[in-house]
Amino acid sequence: MSVLLVADIDQGALAPASARVLSAIAGLGPVDVLVLGNDTDAAAAEAANLVGVARVLVAKGLVAADADADVIVALSSGYHFVVQSAGSVGRDRMPRVAARLDVMPVTDIVQILAPNRFVRPIYAGNALQTVRDDQPIHVLTIRASAFRAAATGNAAPIQRLDLAMQSSVRLIATHRTPSDTPDLATAQVVVGGGVALGSAENFQLVEKLAKKLGAAIGATRAAVDAGFAPNDWQVGQTGKIIAPDLYIAIGISGALQHLAGIQGAKKIIAINTDPEAPLVKLADVALIGDLFDIVPKLTAELDRLGVKR
Amino acid sequence: MKILVAIKRVVDHNVRIRVRPDGSGVETTGVRMSMNPFCKHAVEAAVQLSEAGHGDEIVVVSIGPKAANDVILTALAMGAHRGLLIETDAALETLAIAKLLAKVVDEEAPDLVLLGKQAVDDDSNHVGQMLAALTNRPQATFASEIKVVGQGLEVTREIDSGRETLALPLPAIVTADLRLNTPRNAALPQVMKARSKPLAVRPVADFGVDLAPRLVIETISPPPERLAGKTVASVTELAGIIASDLSTMEAL
Ligand SMILES: Cc1cc2nc3c(=O)[nH]c(=O)nc-3n(C[C@H](O)[C@H](O)[C@H](O)COP(=O)(O)OP(=O)(O)OC[C@H]3O[C@@H](n4cnc5c(N)ncnc54)[C@H](O)[C@@H]3O)c2cc1C
Ligand SMILES: Nc1ncnc2c1ncn2[C@@H]1O[C@H](COP(=O)(O)O)[C@@H](O)[C@H]1O
Repeated sequence: MSVLLVADIDQGALAPASARVLSAIAGLGPVDVLVLGNDTDAAAAEAANLVGVARVLVAKGLVAADADADVIVALSSGYHFVVQSAGSVGRDRMPRVAARLDVMPVTDIVQILAPNRFVRPIYAGNALQTVRDDQPIHVLTIRASAFRAAATGNAAPIQRLDLAMQSSVRLIATHRTPSDTPDLATAQVVVGGGVALGSAENFQLVEKLAKKLGAAIGATRAAVDAGFAPNDWQVGQTGKIIAPDLYIAIGISGALQHLAGIQGAKKIIAINTDPEAPLVKLADVALIGDLFDIVPKLTAELDRLGVKR
Repeated sequence: MKILVAIKRVVDHNVRIRVRPDGSGVETTGVRMSMNPFCKHAVEAAVQLSEAGHGDEIVVVSIGPKAANDVILTALAMGAHRGLLIETDAALETLAIAKLLAKVVDEEAPDLVLLGKQAVDDDSNHVGQMLAALTNRPQATFASEIKVVGQGLEVTREIDSGRETLALPLPAIVTADLRLNTPRNAALPQVMKARSKPLAVRPVADFGVDLAPRLVIETISPPPERLAGKTVASVTELAGIIASDLSTMEAL
C-alpha cells in the first residue's frame, strides 16, 4: 500500500501542515511526496528531510487547480492513497482529483482508525462521522492541526518529473497578509479577537498580546467582516481549524461556527463581559470584564512576570 | 450569459443539532430547514450579475426531497428565473450530486455555474470542484469577488495565505464564500411572484446516473464534551495561569 502525499508549499518553503499530515499517514505505507510548483528547491529539500518519506517527486506547477489535478491524476495510478492537508489548496484540488478518478473522497479527516476507516467532523464539528472507504484508491484530506509533526533527519532521494501541463486559468494577483506571527493552523498558542474589539486599531491589543506570547492571531468572522482583521485570520467552520495547546479568546461570544474551529484546543481562556457567553461557559478559565481594561493590564503583567517566547 | 446555480436544502445554520443516541445520524425530523448559507451567496451573486446586465437567464437546481421546493422558491423570489428540482429522498454522496449536476450542465449549457463552497450539514466542500472535473471546466473556489472582464471572469478567492485573483475563461465553475455579497431578503411581492415562475420537478431516475454510495457511514457520534472550567477574579491571577502554562508547554 503506497501513499502519494501532495505537499503544501508556501512561498517556496514546505508549509508546516505537510509534516503533520505525513505523521498522520505514516502507518498507511511508504510515502512519496509530490512537490508541485515553481521555485520549490527549498520545499523539496525540506520534504526529503522528513522521516517517513521514501521519495520526493518534483513537478512544475501552474498554480491552477485543473493543471495540478492533471499531474496528480497522471501520477495516481501507482498509489493506493492520494493525500493532502485540508488547507485551502487541498480543498481546492482533491475533490477535483477524486472526481477525475471516479472516487468518493474522504475529507477533513481528524482520526485514522484503520487504512480504510476514518473519522471526520460534520455539522461544524457538532457530530463526528466514522466512514469506511473500500474503494481501490483513497483520496483523502487530513486536518493537519489534529496531528503532531513528523521528525526530521531523513535524506530521501529527489526526483524531477517532466510533465507537460496546461490551464486556461491565470493567476493575476495575490494579496498576502504581511505577518511575523506563527502559522495559525499549527501554532501552539493562539490569541483570538472578536468584533467587540471595535476597530482595526483596537485589534492591535490582540496583536500585542499575541506577540508577547509568541502566539498566532485568530479572529471571528464578525471581526473579519467588519474589517478589523484580514480574512486569513478567521477561525471556524469557514476559516482555519486550530488545535493549539492554549487558545485565548478575547471578546468572542462562541457561536457554533467559531467553536467548529477551536475544538482541538487543549486549553481555552475566555475574556468577556458576559458570563453567559457560550465561550465563557466552555472555557477552562474565564475572566469576566471589559477587554479594554483587562488586555492592556494582562500584557503588562505578563511583561512584569518576564514572560517571553 | 446563462447562469446555473446549485442550491441545497439543509438544517438551518442556527439550529443546534442533536445526534441520535443510536449513532444512526443527526436528528432532522421536526428541525427547521433552509437554504444552505453559501448557496444564498451564490444565488445573490447570480442575481447581481444579471442586474449588472451580465445574466440573461438564471436557472436554479436543487437535488433533494419534495420539500426542497422551498429553497427553490426562495431563490426564485431573490430573482432567479426558473427552477428545477431533481427529486430524491435518498441522501446522496457528493460524487453522485456532481454527476447529476453534470447532466444538468449538459442539458442547459450554462456559461457560468455558481455553487456554495460547502454545505453546512456534511461540510464536504466537494461538489463545485467535482463538477468542474466532470465537465472539464476551469474552477475558482471560495470566491469573495466576481468580475466580468471581457469574455471571461476575474475571481478573487479567499485562501490560507490571504487572497488571490484568477482570470478564467467561460464556461467556468465558481463556488461562493461568505464575503462575496450580502444576500437579499425577498419582499412579499417577489415571494408571491416566485410562485408563478416555472419550476420543473423530475425524478432522479430520469438522469441515468449511478447513485450507489461508495462509502459506508458506520456511526455518527457526538463530539467529546469539554468539562466546565473556572472563573478567575483578577488579571494577576490570569497572568499567573498563562505564565505557568507557557513554562510547562512542551517546546515544539
Ligand atoms: C455559514 C456560516 C459560517 C460561519 N463561519 C464562521 C467562522 O468560520 N468563524 C467565525 O468566527 N464565525 C463564523 N460565522 C459567524 C458566527 O455565526 C458569529 O456571527 C461570529 O462568530 C460572531 O463573532 P464574535 O464572537 O466576534 O461576535 P459576537 O457574537 O457579537 O460576540 C461579541 C462578544 O464580545 C463580548 N464583548 C462585547 N464587548 C466586550 C468588551 N468590552 N469586553 C469583553 N467582551 C466584550 C460580548 O459579550 C460577546 O460575547 C459563520 C456564520 C455562518 C452563517
Ligand atoms: N443536493 C444538492 N442539490 C443542489 N446543489 C447541491 C446539493 N449538494 C451540494 N450542492 C451544491 O454544492 C455546494 C457544495 O456542497 P458540498 O460539496 O456538499 O459541501 C453547495 O453549496 C451547493 O451549491
